[in-house]
Amino acid sequence: MDCTFFTRKEILRLHGRYYEMAPNVVPMDYTKDPDVKLPMQLIINMPELKENPFKERIVSSFSEDGEGSLSFNDFVDMFSVLSEMAPRELKAIYAFKIYDFNTDNFICKADLEKTLNKLTREELTAEEITLVCEKVIEEADMDGDGKLGFADFENMISKAPDFLSTFHIRI
Amino acid sequence: KEEKEEDESKEEDNGSQQNRVSRRKNYQRKNRNGKKAREEGSQKKDRGKTAPNKDQKESENKEKKTTKRGKEGENKQKKGRKNSTSSASSNSSDEESLSEEELAMLKEQVEQKKKLISTMRNKPWRMVKKLSVLREAQDFVEKFEGALGKGKGKKLYAYKMMMAKKWVKFKRDFENFKTQCIPWEMKIKEVESHFGSSVASYFIFLRWMYGVNLVLFGLIFGLVIIPEVLMGMPYGSLPRKTVPRAEQATAMDFSVLWDFEGYIKYSALFYGYYNNQRTIGWLKYRLPMAYFMVGISVFGYSLMVVIRSMARNANESTADGDDNNFIFSWKMFTSWDYLIGNPETADNKFASITTSFKESIVDEQESNKDENIHLRRFLRVLANVLIICCLCGSGYLIYFVVKRSQTFSKMQNVGWYERNEVEIVMSLLGMFCPPLFETIAALENYHPRIGLKWQLGRIFALFLGNLYTFLLALMDDVNEKLAEEDVVKNITHWTLLGHHNSSAGNDSAVTPAPLDPADVPRGPCWETTVGIEFVRLTVSDILVTYITILVGDFIRACFVRFVNYCWCWDLEAGFPSYAEFDISGNVLGLVFNQGMIWMGSFYAPGLVGINVLRLLTSMYFQCWAVMSSNVPHARVFKASKSNNFYMGLLLLILFLSLLPVAYTIMSLPPSFDCGPFSGKKRMYDVIQETIELDFPLFVAKIFSYLANPGLIIPAILLMVLTIYYLNAVSKAYQRANAELKKKMQMQREEEKNKRNNKASTNPMLQDLEDLLTPSTKPESPPKQAEDKKTESPNGSSPARKPGRGEGLAGSPMAGGRGAAFTAPSPVFVTQPRTLGARAPYPGQPRPWGHPLGPVPGRGRGQPCYPRAAR
Repeated sequence: MDCTFFTRKEILRLHGRYYEMAPNVVPMDYTKDPDVKLPMQLIINMPELKENPFKERIVSSFSEDGEGSLSFNDFVDMFSVLSEMAPRELKAIYAFKIYDFNTDNFICKADLEKTLNKLTREELTAEEITLVCEKVIEEADMDGDGKLGFADFENMISKAPDFLSTFHIRI
Repeated sequence: KEEKEEDESKEEDNGSQQNRVSRRKNYQRKNRNGKKAREEGSQKKDRGKTAPNKDQKESENKEKKTTKRGKEGENKQKKGRKNSTSSASSNSSDEESLSEEELAMLKEQVEQKKKLISTMRNKPWRMVKKLSVLREAQDFVEKFEGALGKGKGKKLYAYKMMMAKKWVKFKRDFENFKTQCIPWEMKIKEVESHFGSSVASYFIFLRWMYGVNLVLFGLIFGLVIIPEVLMGMPYGSLPRKTVPRAEQATAMDFSVLWDFEGYIKYSALFYGYYNNQRTIGWLKYRLPMAYFMVGISVFGYSLMVVIRSMARNANESTADGDDNNFIFSWKMFTSWDYLIGNPETADNKFASITTSFKESIVDEQESNKDENIHLRRFLRVLANVLIICCLCGSGYLIYFVVKRSQTFSKMQNVGWYERNEVEIVMSLLGMFCPPLFETIAALENYHPRIGLKWQLGRIFALFLGNLYTFLLALMDDVNEKLAEEDVVKNITHWTLLGHHNSSAGNDSAVTPAPLDPADVPRGPCWETTVGIEFVRLTVSDILVTYITILVGDFIRACFVRFVNYCWCWDLEAGFPSYAEFDISGNVLGLVFNQGMIWMGSFYAPGLVGINVLRLLTSMYFQCWAVMSSNVPHARVFKASKSNNFYMGLLLLILFLSLLPVAYTIMSLPPSFDCGPFSGKKRMYDVIQETIELDFPLFVAKIFSYLANPGLIIPAILLMVLTIYYLNAVSKAYQRANAELKKKMQMQREEEKNKRNNKASTNPMLQDLEDLLTPSTKPESPPKQAEDKKTESPNGSSPARKPGRGEGLAGSPMAGGRGAAFTAPSPVFVTQPRTLGARAPYPGQPRPWGHPLGPVPGRGRGQPCYPRAAR
């Protein structure tokens, strides 16, 4: 309970959800601390995530092995970070991870393009995409290395008015 | 059942701890046993983690000692807490000697652990790491807390947390409730997501207008129509409240009612129905006075509300204006709402994000564009000249046609065309000029937002001609009626007199049979005529708008959609295609319609009711039409944040419509036999009458003083001066604002440059890297080492040992673990940055006795710097 922003009841509910996804794999009893993981395919089909364009990224950011399968701990962690009680800094860190598609600790142009394509369902022309990406880097890149480090990202996101309200999932 | 067990495993430490805290004093011994048992359990559970170690035993030993000293400790608690600011490592050298200090140390560590526990959830660590660190910390706290007799705050804390959560939830629900209370918010959002904010701005304007009209409706209905219906004389009691004999046969026919004649004309919806009795009903409600005051306050309220909303919009647009540094970044990273779980909403959201990106792109391209400035200027001047020519031409045409119609009206037997020439010319102009203007505006190559404003202004100027002819025709009508009235007045007089005489002459004994109110000859009542004119105009305007939408948008869309299968060219992409939503036309339609309402509402109190209905239906109808049969603009553009341009147009129209009403009130005599002011010389006499009859004498005197020009002129002068002064002040503020903005921009640039030279390492960043690439980083400071140790539970025990060894060596007193946990102290945080900033001088020697240098202050936390200086 001290690890997350959930109460006991909420964690129980989360476990219910987790169990629902694969009743024959996930045990009801967690006292023995079994090592069970659910694959990404199951998790991104949750109604909470299904419509999210970044669902794969979210799941793989929270998975411990980096391949997208979540243990129950990771699962709880994910929704804890995305809950509305989580502070901005914490959310920013994970948001950075989510948008960092190639996990090189920088958001580079390729990442931005991917983000944009996911956001707009590839309805922008190539020119528009490059324009937007250039603008983003120009706006947020403080250290001038042509990509966004975490410091840049945090600086930018900390001023965003609706980051907190949009970067959260209710469960 | 089982689930609970599962949960227990996660939280048992916590839950049981809470219990334990409460029972601690009584069952200390017992608890300790239980604790040990549980510890063993948790050791088993720890995945592959080696069992807790030497220092645990050591600490247990300590603990025994400390329990003995427990009571002492409680006395010293406060002291201990005060010390807690100093870092653990600094104390570690001399702690051995004194047991009290030991205790203080312990307490400090417990505090730190607690802090760690409470901030745990904010750490971006993996869950496994969190769990293990948490367990460790909790064990530690439990062990020593009992000894120190503390830990009561836990319950309070839990309670506080719960309340905080409840509060957040309540706020959220309230917020949702509030948005649900805004009418049509969802509809407008949906339109906005597909058509961009410019189209949505029209609907927002429409909604605002609906609100204003509701208030006007409430005013007029509540204070005029309902009192009249409830307390006034009933229908048929007076000539003015009765349909004349000649019309009675057809008064209920639909075609007559449709023209607002017959029964409708003689109803409370129009001016003529009201009686000039000073008070009505048992309430002694002064209806004529109320009628007059409501007529004025309709204008007063509208003026106030328009100006206030203009001011607020202007405020908003300046308040939000400075945050435009990260437009695209925010759009990119915060526009997706993670709450969305519904496919339809998601579709809308995708559309809206795309549109908003397109809007911003258009803005961006516009600001980057640089072409031949001379050519563009030339083209713009040319376009303006052309449009002014168009406007002048149409103005002259209107003037010419109106003149001709006046001559036609004097002639007999003119044809259909001659009679309707004005209307035909007007509607032709209205049909062909806006597209022409749009074509010409293409020359100018403005940003679409500015282009829309120009277009609005130009069509507005064109439509003013429309208004002008309408008013002119109306004034002619009124003058005619006034002339007619004089004649009728005499006739009525004589009829009544004759009736009396005849009845008196026939038989003086019989009381004269009263003349039926339907038979009394009556005047034309120009006020009602004007009212009917406005109502008719409004209704026909509604019909035309709706039919245009149906035919021009819906039928066209259907045609294009379905005939496209069997047509020789592509209808969707080619000639007819789908219609775009015509923002300028719709906004102007709304504005002019509102002008009609303002002008007409004095003479037709029911008009506002019609308008409320119109706005209500048009909201639903147009929302449906725009979603079903229109396509978004080719260049979706962002509406300016304030709708102040629309508001400005509205204000202009309000002013223009105030003029004729004020003129008629002030300088035309009211009809002699209809309306609340009949029998008076001017309408405003009603005020004088009220003041004289209902107020004490001195009020009348005060009024007469106030109306003195000697007082009014200085007052106006004073107001003008105030306006001038305030204007100057606001200009100065604006300039200061712009200056500040520039400065901030400069600062930002500077910061950017500075950061370029700085190799910044942020603890937050390190955490992140830690998270991203586990166990690849060489371990450096002790804290990092500690993190590493707990983070990689599997098999990396050799790497862990050095970290622990250091800790042990530092403090024999079990501090190993605790000391290493000096939670991210500010001292540590600042270190790398200052280092980086000082980087240019590393080798430069510095005089020893430098008094003001930063050295003394930072000495402790930052051992490298003094060394470098040396």
